Amino acid sequence: MITAPKIEYGALAPVLIVLACAVLAVLVEAFVSRRQRYVVQTSLSFAAIALGFLAVLLNKDVSGRFAEGAVAVDGVTVILQGTILIFALLGLLLIAERGFQSFTAQASALPGSADEQRALASGLQQTEVFPLTLFAVGGALLFPAANDLITLFVALEVLSLPLYLMAGLSQRRRLLSQEAGLKYFLLGAFSSAFFLFGSAFLYGYAGTTTFEGIKSVIRASPGNDMYLMVGLSMLTVGLLFKVSAAPFHSWTPDVYQGAPTPITAFMAAVTKVAAFGAILRIFYSTIGGMVWTWRPVFVVVSILTMAVGTIIAIAQKDVKRVLAYSAIAHSGFLLTGIVAFNKSGLDATLLYLATYGFTTLGTFAVVTLVRDAGGEVTDLNRWSGLGKRSPLIAGIFTLFLLALAGIPLTSGFIGKFAIFSAAYESGNISVVIAGVLASAVAAFFYIRIVVLMYFNDPQEDGTSVVIPSPVTALTIGICAVATLVLGIFPQPVINMINSLATFVAG
Amino acid sequence: MSLDNYLYLSALLFTIGAAGVLIRRNAIVVFMCIELMLNASNLAFVTFSRMHGNIDGQLFAFFTMVVAACEVVVGLAIIVTIYRSRRSASVDDARLLKL
Repeated sequence: MITAPKIEYGALAPVLIVLACAVLAVLVEAFVSRRQRYVVQTSLSFAAIALGFLAVLLNKDVSGRFAEGAVAVDGVTVILQGTILIFALLGLLLIAERGFQSFTAQASALPGSADEQRALASGLQQTEVFPLTLFAVGGALLFPAANDLITLFVALEVLSLPLYLMAGLSQRRRLLSQEAGLKYFLLGAFSSAFFLFGSAFLYGYAGTTTFEGIKSVIRASPGNDMYLMVGLSMLTVGLLFKVSAAPFHSWTPDVYQGAPTPITAFMAAVTKVAAFGAILRIFYSTIGGMVWTWRPVFVVVSILTMAVGTIIAIAQKDVKRVLAYSAIAHSGFLLTGIVAFNKSGLDATLLYLATYGFTTLGTFAVVTLVRDAGGEVTDLNRWSGLGKRSPLIAGIFTLFLLALAGIPLTSGFIGKFAIFSAAYESGNISVVIAGVLASAVAAFFYIRIVVLMYFNDPQEDGTSVVIPSPVTALTIGICAVATLVLGIFPQPVINMINSLATFVAG
Repeated sequence: MSLDNYLYLSALLFTIGAAGVLIRRNAIVVFMCIELMLNASNLAFVTFSRMHGNIDGQLFAFFTMVVAACEVVVGLAIIVTIYRSRRSASVDDARLLKL
C-alpha cells in the first residue's frame, strides 16, 4: 500500500502559480502567432506575479512545514516571497519596455549575420525572455522557503539556469553579452557542484536531508564531525557565490556589465533577496546551534567583501561595473546582519534587502535611459554634465546613489543603521568598524558620479537621455518613492517585519 | 570492502573535476569537468545512502541527474552560440569583459 504524499496547495500557492504560468508561457511561445505574443506574454507574466502576490498575502498567518517537510512557510518566507514578487514586477516592467530595445531579436542568429539583419528588419521582438523570467522568479520564491537539501538544490538551479541564458540576450554588444552568459554559466555550475558535494556530506553526517533532521542531529551531538565540517563549508561556498561575496565575487562585474541592463536590474535585486533568504534560514535556523563555528568565517568574509567591493569600485570607468562592485560591497553589509545572529539582525537583514532592492532596480532603470545612437552609454566619462542636460533624471539618479551610500533621509541609511546596530548589539565590533569605514570609502565613488554629472560640462558626443516610456517611468517612479518613503517613514515597514519575521519552530 | 573507499574515490573524482575546471581551457572540457564533479557528488550520495540504510541519498542522486541534464541543455546552448560567433570555444579568448 503506497500512501500519496500530502501536498498543501494553499501554502505552496505562490510558487505553484508562478511556475504554472511559466509553463503556460512556454506553450504561448509555441502556439501564439508572433504578432500577438508580446501582448499575451506580458499579460500572462504580470498576472502570474499579481496572483502570486495575492497568494503570499493569504499565507500571512501560516507557519509550518508543508509538502512532506520539503518547504517551510513562515513569517520570514512570507516577507521574502513578497519582496521577491515586488522586485520581479519592477524587473518585468523594465524587461517589457519596447520603446527602445534591450534584447536581441533572435538569440540564435549570429552577430552581424544576414539572419540577424532579417530578424531586426522584421521588427519583431523575441519574447522568450518572459517565460525565462517567470521560471527564475519561481526558483527565487522556492529558494528561501526550501526546508530540505533536495528542494534547496532544485530551487537554486531553477533560479540560476534561466539567468545564465538571460544574461546572453543583449541586443547591442552581443559578443560581450554572450561572454557574460558563458562566464556566469561556467562559474555558476562550478559553484553549484561545490554546493552539491557539500549537501552530500551533510546528508552523510545527518542521515537525512531535511533541515530539522540535520538540526536535531547537530543538537544531539555537537561535536566537530568531519562530514559536518566538509559539508557545511562547501555548501557555504555555493551560497556565498550566489550573493557574490568575496572571494567568490569575480563573476559579478562581468555579468552585470555584459547582461542586458533590465536583466542586470532583475538579477541584482531578486537573486540577492532569494540567496540571502536561504542563508538566513540555514544559518539562523538550521545550524544556529553552531554559531561559534561559523561566525568567525562570516566575519572574515563580510569584511573582505566590503573591502573588495568598495576599493575596486573606485578604479572603475563603467557605470555598470561601478554598480556591480557596489552590489558586492552591499553583500558585505548584508553579511554583517548574518554575523549578528539575533532577532534584530534577522529583521535588519530583511529590511536591508527590501531597501537595497528598490534602490538598485532604480539605478539600473536609469542606466537604460542614457543612450546614444549605438545603444546604452555606460562609459562614466560620457555621463559628465548629465545634470545640466536632463536635471530630472540626474536628480533621481543622485537620490539612488545617495541611498546606496547610506545618506540619511534615504532608505539606504535606515537599512545600514539597522544592520550595523544589530551587529553592534551582538558584540561583533570588528564588522561594524569595517562596515562604517567601507561606507565612507563607498560614499567617495558615489559622490564622484554626482560631481561628474553636475559640475562637469556636457560633451557633445551624442549622449542623451531618452524620454522614458510609461513602463520604465513607472519603475523609476516607484523605486524613487520607495527609496524616499523607506528613508523618511520606515516605521510601518519595520513594525511589519518585526512582528512577522519568525522561523517556524522546531 | 569498507564503504569508506567509495568516499575516497568520490573525493578523488571531485578533485580531478575541480582541477580540470581550473586548468583546462576549452569550454566544453571545462563543462565536462563540472559534470565529473556532479557525478562525484552522486557517488557520495549513493554511498551515504547505503551507510545510513535509507533511500534519501539515492533520491537526491536522481534529482542531480535531472538537474545535470538541464545544465547540459543550457550550457551547450551557450557554448555553441559562443563558438559560432567566434570560431573558438577557448575560455581564454573570452576576455572582452575586464577592468
